[in-house]
Amino acid sequence: MSPDASGLQGFRDDREPDGRRIHRKLLAFARQARDNGFPVGVEESLDALTFAGDFDLLDRAELRRGLRAIFCASTTDWERFDDLFDSFWFYDSERTILKVSGTLPRSGGEGEVPSPAAHGSGGEDAGAEETLGGASAAERLAGTDFRHLETAQDLEAVYTLAERLARRLRWRLSRRQRIRRRGRRVDLRNTIHRSLRHGGTPLDLAYRRRHPRPIKLVMMLDASGSMSLYSSFFIRFIRGLVENLAQAEAFVIHTRLVHISAVLRERDLEKAVDRMNILSAGWGGGTRLGESLRSFNDNYAKQVLNGRSVVMILSDGYDTGPAELMAGEMARLRRRARRIIWLNPMIGWQGYEPVAQGMAAALPHVDLFAPAHTLDSLAALEPHLAKL
Amino acid sequence: MQTVNWRDLKDRLSETGYVADPELAMALALMQRLQRPLLIEGEAGVGKTDVAKALAQALETDLIRLQCYEGLDANAAVYEWNYQRQLLAIKVWEGETLTADQKEEHVFQEKFLLKRPLLDAISRARPPVLLIDEIDRADEEFEAYLLEVLSDFQISIPEMGTITATSVPQVVLTSNSTRELSDALRRRCLYHWLDYPSEAKELAIVDARVPDIEDQLAGQIVRFVQALRREDLDKTPGIAETLDWARALTGLGARRIDEDLEEMRQTLMCLLKTRSDRGRITPEVVDRLAAKAL
Repeated sequence: MSPDASGLQGFRDDREPDGRRIHRKLLAFARQARDNGFPVGVEESLDALTFAGDFDLLDRAELRRGLRAIFCASTTDWERFDDLFDSFWFYDSERTILKVSGTLPRSGGEGEVPSPAAHGSGGEDAGAEETLGGASAAERLAGTDFRHLETAQDLEAVYTLAERLARRLRWRLSRRQRIRRRGRRVDLRNTIHRSLRHGGTPLDLAYRRRHPRPIKLVMMLDASGSMSLYSSFFIRFIRGLVENLAQAEAFVIHTRLVHISAVLRERDLEKAVDRMNILSAGWGGGTRLGESLRSFNDNYAKQVLNGRSVVMILSDGYDTGPAELMAGEMARLRRRARRIIWLNPMIGWQGYEPVAQGMAAALPHVDLFAPAHTLDSLAALEPHLAKL
Repeated sequence: MQTVNWRDLKDRLSETGYVADPELAMALALMQRLQRPLLIEGEAGVGKTDVAKALAQALETDLIRLQCYEGLDANAAVYEWNYQRQLLAIKVWEGETLTADQKEEHVFQEKFLLKRPLLDAISRARPPVLLIDEIDRADEEFEAYLLEVLSDFQISIPEMGTITATSVPQVVLTSNSTRELSDALRRRCLYHWLDYPSEAKELAIVDARVPDIEDQLAGQIVRFVQALRREDLDKTPGIAETLDWARALTGLGARRIDEDLEEMRQTLMCLLKTRSDRGRITPEVVDRLAAKAL
């Protein structure tokens, strides 16, 4: 609902010329809030003016309370608001361009984030440079080769398994009900509609039934040095799943996050491997799990995840970043996704305990923590996936 | 011109026994002024739902509550036809010479309509307070639908046409953030983050809600609970738990929490609601916390 015009009018008329100044200042504050990633649009600015029209704006405490309710939309906004407010209203200058520390503008400005569907690897690389920061010295520029390791039979087995899992995964029952000709529960509304044709006798019964919905699988593969024994094996597993599920996305995590769904859908195997080699520059370096998850949460989560998403992380949990970052990002991911599955090849090792800091920080947010070092262990996932 | 008067609202809220801090009172006043819904987030047990109840009481209007859950759909939230009455009516008209069209027209009239919370809230004579509780539990489809209702305040019923709001309700939404809400919904709403109360505020709440409590005991109870919240617990006790415990101790005739430590430990079930929490807060921990609260 748009704020009533009289409020705005009153504000302008009663308080000229003083009002004009405050008016301008408020709009500048709204702009600054927007630059700092607060969801402030025209409507919020108008609301702020309406609110300001009622008030003696010299009272900063009042102003803070009111604008906080109008400009914030989440806990993070709520916590950052005081800094933003102080920096604007107390270090007085309309022209100062201040950025509150530790913030990112919402969902990428123009040209910052390459579209995931971009063809060729140029776009991906440009995005990479930005998030690269000071990449670890261990980042190896040579592409890791997938060709050796597996025999043709192994490969075949991985694909077949992935295909089978994909089929089990495809549907999950939703609790919403749809009208069907056959089903468990009678739908009274439609039955009555139809009964009118027969003068009110409900001859023709309508039923409702739970409606299955496709689930969405988001996979993240850790391709760091510690995982190098497994990553070529997993990439085939992931490719099998992506090929067989309409709604699947795949990412590779090492020192940064790379979106690889488009590459995996490449029909021509040779081309796919080529593109993968370009993308995989730096595979086998140290992992920054927490940071990569943050980049996922910031840039992709909104588009990729919904209430029916299952996130599958394939990683040993060795993170070179701080554990708090990892815990925080996992909690964010948890809220967006329906289920989080963590496959750790090291669980299969004898006497393994999830003591790696990153792993320990992530565990409380994980629904299913399972081994993934052999084909058998992947096959053992099937009943779990069927229940989702 | 109606102006934002949060101090007045704060006073009226405190008359109903609800202690609101200035930020919350301001948000509620703005909600009335700007005609926007208010989204309240916070940990379980900080009194999010009570905000709406107190607001309804303070404004002397009705509270209509919609509890969300997964699978909540329009039938449960907006309206439903009264099928039994419809079938009955059709039977009664059986002998009469009415065409099928006429019968249909009769059957889909307002008297056969069961109003569910959303429809009820927009068709009252006096604007009620509409509480949409735990919106994060409903699925995205419902959230999108809700967004539509909250911006237009009209509901269309295929058999009858569009019903426009006779009064625009004050809408309070609460969320425990078990699921990320859509950005569209967040932007539609004003926002307030409700935290656990400070010691002074909690003391004021206990005084308001448990009138016959003695000052000394109330202070000790509040300090004990505040210290307990800093412990590592599965389920941190909320305000309701504090009040329960205060009522339990006054009911037992205690005047200090350390009067009968054994008895006090027995009453801790008011605060600790899981087995592992009970295990974690050993008698030694209780004694330590109690000693600090004196």
